[in-house]
Amino acid sequence: MAQSAAAAQVDAAETAPLAGKAAPDFTRTDLDGKSRALSAYRGKVILLNFWATWCEPCLSEIPRFSAWQQRYGPSGLQILGVAMDDELQAVRQLAQRDHLAYPVIMGDAQLGQLYGGILGLPLSYLIDAQGRVVARYRGEPDLKQMERRLRVLLPRPAAP
Amino acid sequence: MSKQSRSLLTALAGLVSILVCVQAPAATHLPASSIPHADLIQPAELAARLQAPSAPAPLVLQVGFKLLFTQSHITGSEFAGPAGQGDGLEALGQRVAQLPRDTEIVLYCGCCPWAHCPNIAAAYRRLRALGFRHLKVLYIAHDFGTDWAEKGYPVSTGQ
Repeated sequence: MAQSAAAAQVDAAETAPLAGKAAPDFTRTDLDGKSRALSAYRGKVILLNFWATWCEPCLSEIPRFSAWQQRYGPSGLQILGVAMDDELQAVRQLAQRDHLAYPVIMGDAQLGQLYGGILGLPLSYLIDAQGRVVARYRGEPDLKQMERRLRVLLPRPAAP
Repeated sequence: MSKQSRSLLTALAGLVSILVCVQAPAATHLPASSIPHADLIQPAELAARLQAPSAPAPLVLQVGFKLLFTQSHITGSEFAGPAGQGDGLEALGQRVAQLPRDTEIVLYCGCCPWAHCPNIAAAYRRLRALGFRHLKVLYIAHDFGTDWAEKGYPVSTGQ
């Protein structure tokens, strides 16, 4: 019985759940107490990243996502982190320690259900500026490929 | 050293290793790859087993996170707590404390890709140390959604 490394799974537009459909809207309060509605980001490309403090591959993505937010934010990228931890405290501590450059909300079963069930991490949805789901990334994605993909979608060109 | 002394030393060493396992803090990540292949069970095999009307079902324990369990879990399984954390490991120990050591148990998590799971090896190691010998671990290569729920195997939601 093989215990092979799990390959990352990228669901392209044709096969991803919710592909081509409007990303389900939700409103939650972020770690700073601000209300965050997904629909408020219409006109921006959204990377909706489900993660948790106990998820090692998720933690390795965070510095890259923070860098993307700083670099591509002016071109219309918005990253939104959804922490799937059971405890708020661990999330708050990590967010403070790592100075995340994007907002983080706490996930819950209802929000998970909207996105087909978050039954494993890491998991991210890429949503275009019209609010449509473009791709879903599960497992450990190729971040270079993900970056190329989101750059193409940006409403304003990013600096080379 | 006499044969009797060597046997005594061997027994003592075994006892010490069991005590170390039982009392080891869960903070250190134990890789899932440390679980012997012989003690793994594939999703298809477990699903068939659970759906077989004649065979008695094993006790199936989810040793991952509550929010994932609430969204979807193996029908009939119980939430035991994240074994990669001290509280979860404690809860797992309490759940099985009164069980006969020949109880058939299947552990699973599926929170993350197998190589990164923070819970499954800690849970396996604890139950082994407690003397459970009919123990299997569900091999979930990617995550619970990919390798169980999306395969159409039986799931339930809620607490």
